[in-house]
Amino acid sequence: MSEMNSEVKQSSMEVFFNGLVKENPTFVLTLGMCPTLAVTTSAINGLGMGLTTTAVLVLSNAIISLLRHIIPNRVRIPAFIVIVASFVTMVELLLEGFIPSLYTALGLYIPLIVVNCIILGRAESFASKNPVVPSIFDGLGMGLGFTVALTAIGAVRELLGAGELFGIPVINNVLGAVSSMLGRQEPVEYVPISIFVLAPGAFFVLAALTALQNRVKRKMQERGQNADKIQSGCSSDCAGCSDSGCARRFVDVDGTPGSVADAKKE
Amino acid sequence: MLKVSSNPHIRSKDTTSRIMQYVLIALLPATLFGVFHFGLHALLLVLATVLTTVLTEYIYDRCMKKKISIGDFSAAVTGLLLALNLPPRAPLWIGVIGGVFAIIVVKMLFGGLGQNFMNPALGARCFLIISFTSIMTNFDCDAYTGATPLAAIKAGEGAPQLLDMVIGRTTGTIGETSMIALLIGAVFLLVMKVIDLRVPGSYILSFVVFILLFSGRGLDFGYILSQLAGGGLMLGAFFMATDYVTRPITKNGQYVFGIFLGIMTGIFRIFGPSAEGVSYAIILGNLLVPLIERFTKPTAFGKKAKKEAA
Repeated sequence: MSEMNSEVKQSSMEVFFNGLVKENPTFVLTLGMCPTLAVTTSAINGLGMGLTTTAVLVLSNAIISLLRHIIPNRVRIPAFIVIVASFVTMVELLLEGFIPSLYTALGLYIPLIVVNCIILGRAESFASKNPVVPSIFDGLGMGLGFTVALTAIGAVRELLGAGELFGIPVINNVLGAVSSMLGRQEPVEYVPISIFVLAPGAFFVLAALTALQNRVKRKMQERGQNADKIQSGCSSDCAGCSDSGCARRFVDVDGTPGSVADAKKE
Repeated sequence: MLKVSSNPHIRSKDTTSRIMQYVLIALLPATLFGVFHFGLHALLLVLATVLTTVLTEYIYDRCMKKKISIGDFSAAVTGLLLALNLPPRAPLWIGVIGGVFAIIVVKMLFGGLGQNFMNPALGARCFLIISFTSIMTNFDCDAYTGATPLAAIKAGEGAPQLLDMVIGRTTGTIGETSMIALLIGAVFLLVMKVIDLRVPGSYILSFVVFILLFSGRGLDFGYILSQLAGGGLMLGAFFMATDYVTRPITKNGQYVFGIFLGIMTGIFRIFGPSAEGVSYAIILGNLLVPLIERFTKPTAFGKKAKKEAA
């Protein structure tokens, strides 16, 4: 029993970091693009959206994992949606009650978390085939991976497009300090590149950050670290998604505990 | 025994570098007029922009360990076209940012010359217009203040004299004001067979037909001429829309492309909120090029048309 526990714990951490880094939902799986592109106009919006999604993801993963033997295979998608939607409604009401500023900033994109494909994707490819604890860690990892990605995109867009970071005019502060050090009367003002807070900027920043993390990964691989192996759910290339990825019901999840056995049970 | 080398058998002297040099020469009248008309700052802006594009391409090639490609002069052409599309009083860093964006994002990230899906100079111009709207639409300079001719017409104010517009004594971007200087360059390119009239001809014709039908002014000759001379249409039609990389290859496709540009420019100018629409029209057209080529693909010699074969 203790052996099993330690095994689960270890792999739970693996599952966690898998979502955070190796299978980052935004930069690697490119899931959930709608909120990624739409709400990341500032770092705080990205952070808020990411954490909201994480909360829903962890809770729905846990419940779906608990109910995985009860939900009939044929109606699993409606069942998942009902579970996810309940949590989204709860989170939405909580946000409206306690953080109204974030609630108005995110607007329509909070109810749209119901159809966020990261949540349905994790329910389908992980939570419905794995025990509760790994599912929670998967939700945490994926959610935090999403949060980190959204915050990073939001930060870059806010910095370039408005000269601010979390609402603080960073660039102008630095420029002001530098110009007063150089003894200039009028400090140089930063002219924001406003395209970055508009829709095209989201694509530029997303592409640039994805390219950057691909480069980091390639360097890691060159050094012999295995950074690219996608463990759960998806196959390594998107072309094969329909026969070996999330689009298939039973996935051979190498190295992820419980899943193969679960699939056989069903 | 006769030896036959593999094809192509007909070779021409027109290398990329040579064609780009012709384009640079053809742009000289408009550039010189712009500098003469708007003053020293315009010259500095042109130099800064061209220097930026060439340097950026050199540094990018160096960093990516590629063959240095600035010898084909395409970066210089991009820089010059971008500079001619800037307002004469824009700060120099506008040209620098635009140049870096044009070369790295629009051109090199897609694989360099021949691979870019959009005219780099125009891509950068639109990037700048969206980012720095107030700077990019401020055409005031020493000699002339106020709106561009097109904006004045749109606002219902009196347009400048027609002759001023044709010669170029109006406000506008550095290179777009003088219709005559641009036409001299265009004729040079036509004579040297660098460009042909398919794209610019169908562009301008369809634009004229469009404003005849939809401007509500009927056959107002002065209005039509001021629409042709008062904005960026000449620069766009002869120097940007004819870009080899971003126009269709097929002959019929070039007509379709030109007509599309004419209609889009008309829509933007007459129904849109801003007075000018050439840049956006050409960029949209660039995006449609693969589609246009697909539907205008000619039948190869010896192959039957699809209908007969089926």
